[in-house]
Amino acid sequence: MRQSATSVIAAPGLRAAAASGTLRLRRATLQAPWFKPALLALGLTPLALLVWRAFTVQLGPNPEQTLIWTTGLWALRFLLFTLAVTPLRRLTGWAELARFRRMLGLLAFSYAALHFICYLWLTNDFSLGAVAKDVVKHPFVLAGMTALTLMLPLAATSTNRMVKRLGAKRWQALHRLVYVVAVVAVFHFWWFKLAKNNTGEPKLYALLFGLLLAYRVLKAWQSRRAGSARPDQGRRIT
Amino acid sequence: MLIKKPRDIASSEITPREAFRGRRRFLAAAGLGAAAAAAGIATRRAAAIAPDAPHPGGLPALPARKKAELSTLEALTPYKDVTTYNNFYEFGTSKRDPAEYAGRLRTRPWTVVVEGEALKPRSFGIEDLLKLAPMEERIYRHRCVEAWSMVVPWIGYPLSSLLRAVQPTGKAKYVEFVTLLDPAQMPGQSNPVLQWPYREGLRMDEAMHPLTLLTFGLYGEVLPNQDGAPLRMVIPWKYGFKGAKSIVRIRLVEQQPVTSWMRAVPDWYGFYSNVNPHVSPQNWSQATERRIGQGGAFGGLFAPRVPTQMFNGYGDQVARLYAGMDLSKYF
Repeated sequence: MRQSATSVIAAPGLRAAAASGTLRLRRATLQAPWFKPALLALGLTPLALLVWRAFTVQLGPNPEQTLIWTTGLWALRFLLFTLAVTPLRRLTGWAELARFRRMLGLLAFSYAALHFICYLWLTNDFSLGAVAKDVVKHPFVLAGMTALTLMLPLAATSTNRMVKRLGAKRWQALHRLVYVVAVVAVFHFWWFKLAKNNTGEPKLYALLFGLLLAYRVLKAWQSRRAGSARPDQGRRIT
Repeated sequence: MLIKKPRDIASSEITPREAFRGRRRFLAAAGLGAAAAAAGIATRRAAAIAPDAPHPGGLPALPARKKAELSTLEALTPYKDVTTYNNFYEFGTSKRDPAEYAGRLRTRPWTVVVEGEALKPRSFGIEDLLKLAPMEERIYRHRCVEAWSMVVPWIGYPLSSLLRAVQPTGKAKYVEFVTLLDPAQMPGQSNPVLQWPYREGLRMDEAMHPLTLLTFGLYGEVLPNQDGAPLRMVIPWKYGFKGAKSIVRIRLVEQQPVTSWMRAVPDWYGFYSNVNPHVSPQNWSQATERRIGQGGAFGGLFAPRVPTQMFNGYGDQVARLYAGMDLSKYF
């Protein structure tokens, strides 16, 4: 995630670097047929490690906490990676990056769902009553639940068929919900850490998400200005 | 589901060994194939951890008389967990940090200043304090505000023994505890996550209560640094953070002290911080807790959580201290 931040900051130099010889090789890697499965395998590695640690009794003195914290953190990270795709694609000019966005988003959703299942199972022993009480009483739990709920329609409409069915425009409008998810998820993390007055990590995530959102606002503003000059190109906002 | 257990199981009824044996039988009977076999491996590993030896930490022994009437019979949390899963922000905010970095702390020589509203304020060398009153072993439940708990055989004597030695005046209404301030020995203090030095406090009647333990050891030995050596407070009916560690100053005062946590997050931390399953100012539920080190498959992952008891189960002894107080207001 640090990398994505640097790429945003180092924006002007990046396109030039992307065109240079050293990076051309890496772009070829991105296009290789094995790259996407490899990326998926990489994305599932944190989960595999957790399963391995569970079976070898290496989840530490509080396995429940390890599972819930780790899955939650990876949900947040993959959300960040997902939102980094479009800025990165525009900054580098590498269109093929877009191929990985859906997968990264689904990974974020999967880790968030696991995070919730661990909480439902290990913390609440499947008692929906206990969960409901927790949601009503504690804003940080409500925030987590809201983020997950808002991700549901996004995951459900992630297939090509659903894109066609909804139409690109409506699909895109729906998927702007991901920005709300990001804000609510960071609040969830921040509010949780605030109880131990240990908000360094949430602040870092807030900064990175903030940069990714600021990039979009900037682009939208730029393209609106360009749009008023050249009306035919004004609507191409991702 | 295979893990489902009655929610209202009393913590005293938990017999970990049988629980995980039962689970092994269940898994085998359920014919879960590979998963069951793997769970079996996990269980055997957990069981293979030997019951703690008389001196599990290799630290100097601290002989003590067993105080059975004030001790719980619940299964002890293994020494390894008690000494590697710690909240001690002076050494870092991760649970593993204290075990990793507390080695830098020098606990000899060590002086504790007892001052303020007392007729005979004075400073005590650690050797004097170790001899001030007979050492007792007390097995207490230890409940963290993060909703996990342990069962720890502490060694110490009632704080009242020390306070009586300095003769508190009539103005002594509260006791303040101050931890060592030395970023060279306590690297976590370079992080302004709390205002250093760490401060905690008790009302005078809480401080004089027989359960309130000035603690010098655990598991038959002196305290490991990461658990608050050379001396710390243990107040078993309050959340763990109320027990100041590595204490250098004890002040008898007239006004209620402002503790480090009250200063850091004023809306979420009150002065009393009694264990209370119904009140959760820190924004997560305090209704149940994860008992650390119960054993069981996958390191106890699927062991049921324990319902949290009012005053951590010490209500019979301490509830009268708070008679007539609204505990959702004075949390």
